[in-house]
Amino acid sequence: MNNKEPFVRMSKRDGISFGKAWEIRLGAVILSLIVCALVIVLITGQNPIDVYKGIVDGAVGTNRRAWVTIRETVVLLLVAIGLTPAFKMKFWNIGAEGQILMGGVAAAAFMIYFSESMPNWLLLIVTFVASAIAGLLWGLLPAIFKAYFNTNETLFTLMLNYVAMQIVTFCIVFWENPTGSNTVGIINSATQKGWFPSIFGNAYVLNVILVALVTIGVYIYMKYTKQGYEISVVGESQNTARYAGIDVKRVIIRTMMISGAICGFAGALIVNGSSHTISTSIAGGRGFTAIIVAWMSKFNPVAMVIVSLFLVFMQQGSIQIASQFGLNENASDIITGILLFFLIGCEFFVNYKLEFRKNKKED
Amino acid sequence: MTLIFTFIQKAIGQGIAILFGATGEIITEKSGNLNLGVPGIMYMGGIAGLMGAFFYENSTENPIPIVGMIIAIICCLLASALGGLLYSFLTITLRVNQNVVGLSLTTFGTGFGNFFGGSISKLAGGVGQISVMTTASAFQAKIPGLSKIPVIGDLLFSYGFLTYIAIIISLCATFFITKTRAGLNLRAVGEDPATADAAGINVSKYKYIATVVGTSIAGLGGLYFVMEYLGGTWSNNGFGDRGWLAVALVILALWNPTNAIWGSLVFGGLYILYIYMPGLTRATQELCKMLPYVVTIIVLIITSRRNKPENQSPGSLGNAYFREER
Repeated sequence: MNNKEPFVRMSKRDGISFGKAWEIRLGAVILSLIVCALVIVLITGQNPIDVYKGIVDGAVGTNRRAWVTIRETVVLLLVAIGLTPAFKMKFWNIGAEGQILMGGVAAAAFMIYFSESMPNWLLLIVTFVASAIAGLLWGLLPAIFKAYFNTNETLFTLMLNYVAMQIVTFCIVFWENPTGSNTVGIINSATQKGWFPSIFGNAYVLNVILVALVTIGVYIYMKYTKQGYEISVVGESQNTARYAGIDVKRVIIRTMMISGAICGFAGALIVNGSSHTISTSIAGGRGFTAIIVAWMSKFNPVAMVIVSLFLVFMQQGSIQIASQFGLNENASDIITGILLFFLIGCEFFVNYKLEFRKNKKED
Repeated sequence: MTLIFTFIQKAIGQGIAILFGATGEIITEKSGNLNLGVPGIMYMGGIAGLMGAFFYENSTENPIPIVGMIIAIICCLLASALGGLLYSFLTITLRVNQNVVGLSLTTFGTGFGNFFGGSISKLAGGVGQISVMTTASAFQAKIPGLSKIPVIGDLLFSYGFLTYIAIIISLCATFFITKTRAGLNLRAVGEDPATADAAGINVSKYKYIATVVGTSIAGLGGLYFVMEYLGGTWSNNGFGDRGWLAVALVILALWNPTNAIWGSLVFGGLYILYIYMPGLTRATQELCKMLPYVVTIIVLIITSRRNKPENQSPGSLGNAYFREER
């Protein structure tokens, strides 16, 4: 009777075929959708089929809604792409939120103060550079302390998010419009200075083009350059990197500058390209969601596109559901949370397999 | 003079929610789990307690404050323990990265709190904001007699019972971590799980228990805020960034719950300092609100610079332990 073998044990898979891995992930997605439907049905008491029809309708139901979904997807993608170099180096940059805000503040400042003095194309380019530099500085600070004092970057970057938030509210005091509203309002709403121009008659095409360019750029940088290779060596083992003669401090600082700059640029993309205003909520948790997107996609850009699209699709859809049934918009956070739990949980089953105890006959 | 007393009193009121969160997080971090889901857990604990009390008050004609209070505490503990269990299952059993799970939990918990806080009253067929005055009165009850003493009564005895529980829990937690065998094992797990494992300590068990106990304590912070501070109502995102401040307080307290007690007073004070600082304009007020975070960053840098072993974070903080990969 002394059967010491546990009922279920796990063992690492030797390797998993590409198809099988995606089968498991697809299974997790379907399971998560079922759980989400159950939750929505419990709350609203509606037929689940109707609920999912509502989600699809909310995400891509009209031309405008579809473009909003695309716009939100590319912003999330851009932040995830920005975080990739840092994560590849095992530097936990959870300060993307703050870097986006700093980039957004810089962008808004240029839209407000320099809209008279230069033509729109120049203003846009200057804004991009300024916001990238603002994000870069916000990423540089924790990187220097990480490189020289080994200060915990997770908590440092986290705290910087809130410092950035206060800088935004500080600026809002000076920029508020109308006075006393404590919001900035739409910047340059009459002249549309500093706004993204329409391309092919659509206001958001430029967003897509810019994000695509950055994505390809980062992909090439990470995969085919010496610096990209150094990043992955430092991420695998700092000792190996040192032994190989890589200047670890320099790599950490340089990589975080790149990561911060891209996140700062995302701030400009939000302010110039979609919201046309600045508030503490322009980042809206994207800095955190993007971490999960980047981590879950294993830094594969195609997977990142798919994951961000899926998350944004469900978010936009559940916002629609919420307004349809008179619930508040935070329902989409619950849905996102459930989806994330399933998606991150399923990676275990990609890497490990469970073996159940075989019923052996007693002899 | 009275202004200073009011300031301290208000600072304590602000600090207690953070203290609960920090004490819970210290216990969790001592096991090597960096649970960034604490802000979400505090939202979940708060709304679960509020919902429990709400349904109880709606179901009886004459709700009794004490019963509502017990129901609220039980609901709060259950919800936050469930959150901790989910985190533990994903990070310990399914071996997912701790930061990723923590942040997802925060997204989920914050949404959960704001969603139900904003619409539970409507879903239950009522109108207006959720409000549980009767239950809240039990949480806000002051110590009779002692609170009437001038000055000292206001300063020391004018709080609801959760304030004193928060301090007692912190003291007990320090005692547990530093003076008991189980506490020693817990620290061993956090410092070096492989060594602890070799010494015959069940690493997974310690991690699970420490995380679930930690989140349960943190959840009480949410309940405190909802019941005593807000008086039994909900305001969307009203809890704000206090959850992250709790994570920050862990650093300020150098992973010692007793330090967290005075640390919470410092944070509570810094959090509301802008109201009491004379001569601030609207703009400089906003800069003043930065203080808690800036102070945390400075403490973080100083502790990383001084390299005193007893003031450091647990050695394996944030790293998962896989026995077969050591």
